[in-house]
Amino acid sequence: MAQGLTARALVAGYGDALVLDALDLDVPQGRITAIVGANACGKSTLLRALSRLLKPKHGHVLLDGKDIHKIAPRALAQKLGLLPQSPVAPEGITVLDLVGRGRSPHQGVFTRWTQRDDEAVAAALEATKTVDLANRAVDELSGGQRQRVWIAMALAQETDLLLLDEPTTFLDIRHQVEVLDLLHDLNAARGTTIVMVLHDLNLAARYCDHLIAMTAGRLHASGTSEAVLTEETVRQVFGIGSRIVSDPVSGRPMMVPIGRHRVDTTPAQNEAMEAMGQ
Amino acid sequence: MRPVTPPHQALAPTPWRSRSLNLSGLAGAFAILAVLCLLSVSIGTRTTSLSEIVAGLSGSNETIAEAAVSLRVPRTLLAVLAGAALGVAGCVMQGVTRNPLADPGILGVNTGAALAVVIGIAWFGMSDPQDFLWSGIVGAGLTAVFVYTIGSLGRDGATPLKLALAGTATAITFSSLVVAIILPRADIAGGIQSWQIGGVGGATLSRTLSILPVLGAGFAISLLSARKLNLLALGEDMATGLGERVAVARLTAAAGAILLCGAATAVCGPIAFVGLVVPHVCRLLAGVDYRWLLPFSALGGAGLLVAADILGRIVARPAEIDVGIVTALIGAPFFIWIVRARRVRAL
Repeated sequence: MAQGLTARALVAGYGDALVLDALDLDVPQGRITAIVGANACGKSTLLRALSRLLKPKHGHVLLDGKDIHKIAPRALAQKLGLLPQSPVAPEGITVLDLVGRGRSPHQGVFTRWTQRDDEAVAAALEATKTVDLANRAVDELSGGQRQRVWIAMALAQETDLLLLDEPTTFLDIRHQVEVLDLLHDLNAARGTTIVMVLHDLNLAARYCDHLIAMTAGRLHASGTSEAVLTEETVRQVFGIGSRIVSDPVSGRPMMVPIGRHRVDTTPAQNEAMEAMGQ
Repeated sequence: MRPVTPPHQALAPTPWRSRSLNLSGLAGAFAILAVLCLLSVSIGTRTTSLSEIVAGLSGSNETIAEAAVSLRVPRTLLAVLAGAALGVAGCVMQGVTRNPLADPGILGVNTGAALAVVIGIAWFGMSDPQDFLWSGIVGAGLTAVFVYTIGSLGRDGATPLKLALAGTATAITFSSLVVAIILPRADIAGGIQSWQIGGVGGATLSRTLSILPVLGAGFAISLLSARKLNLLALGEDMATGLGERVAVARLTAAAGAILLCGAATAVCGPIAFVGLVVPHVCRLLAGVDYRWLLPFSALGGAGLLVAADILGRIVARPAEIDVGIVTALIGAPFFIWIVRARRVRAL
């Protein structure tokens, strides 16, 4: 029996339009996985299908070998957490109230708030450095703070698996790095399996153990960033030429795109252009 | 600079720090409601003394004043129940649709209940209040399903805007139908008209008590949905991610609201603005947690309707103005004031 989150022959879409086309996927446990790909290649759809938001037309999404649509929603929410792309908070809600709502899967209609819930919320606030914000209204916060608060809420849910849809979108570079550092900490400290859709290839390559590149509703390539982030893959997945160099900070691969303009005619660049047949 | 709160202090004893504040708020609202109820049994075309109130309340009918008090008891009770029902129903509907403008009136549910009652009276010769009750609830339920179905047509499902549009269109259509049914029927027009404007004046104790089981069920379902509403407030995706069955949660909560406003409408006629105004005021007082918001809305709605009823008896002495007219007269400017002074909070 397959452990962790897997997809088998997954076909999913909206209405008659099929976005995912017989997709197979094994999410590596205890690792950070990034899903990358061009716009409209089905990244977000895949994440929605993996998290029960979208019911597959054919095929299955399995958690520890069980179809996630056959697991009781609350039991599933104790194992699998989700942060949608642009979550909404009711105006005036405090950080503490919002993060506390992350405990919902652990509570029944009549069960009361427990010491255990308090501890989970406190730990989530500390991990995301949002303790000082606890009594502030969420709508007063900056974009970076707000994203930390949403992650705190997902942490309070205490799941082994966390799916995030573009958690760094709309953040400036400092806050993007801050969020990814935070997710790295979480993975290192709690062993949480993380799957996220990311737009920035270089940040994805730097922070993720496992990279999934998608085209047209299928997996094009998956593996370590060294295996996936190649000039060949970038051209096939994004339709753009590039050079892959070594990230001077992390030593991971780093992609430098090649457009029509602003390309220096250094020998190295010429070689790259020729290699691509331009 | 805001002081840095150490975590143990921020988190003790529950994450809702304003708990004691909210409890005293509820106690205060309850006290105000009690005072309003006392005023309601004492004020009217005939003003009564305290001893007469006590005598009247203890069942004595010997003097005219005592008789007036015992007549005012059921109408006060009805105002409390109907007001609480409409306040809670409005609050639940705003939560279910995540629409700050949702209320049983705007979503067409009250008009649907009214249409069903009017059809019952005009075409089936219905006269038993118990029949009003059931037809009102059935009408409210059918209308809610109808509006929700129309509002969820199209790709992105039931958005707040589409729901409000579908509800408003339905409400207008149904009110025209009500008029069309009543106009040629001079025999029933008068009775229906005063019911339709919304009144608690004709309340009898037996009629008021007859809606208690339905209201009780409606209150219970609504209050038990509080936690679901808290999750729905985070959006459909987030609520699903937190283990909620969104469709089931919406249906349960809406069923509670429909019982409440269907029953209230069947007995008092459609009363506008209570369901819209009260939850917004309560949100400013009690915050966004539905576990507090719902009880606050119940007390607030009850208080508003009792106060409106008292006002209706005073301003046009010795005649009376129906409570539905008063709530519209107070409600509309009050609502505009809220919107202007501190804009309606996004849900």
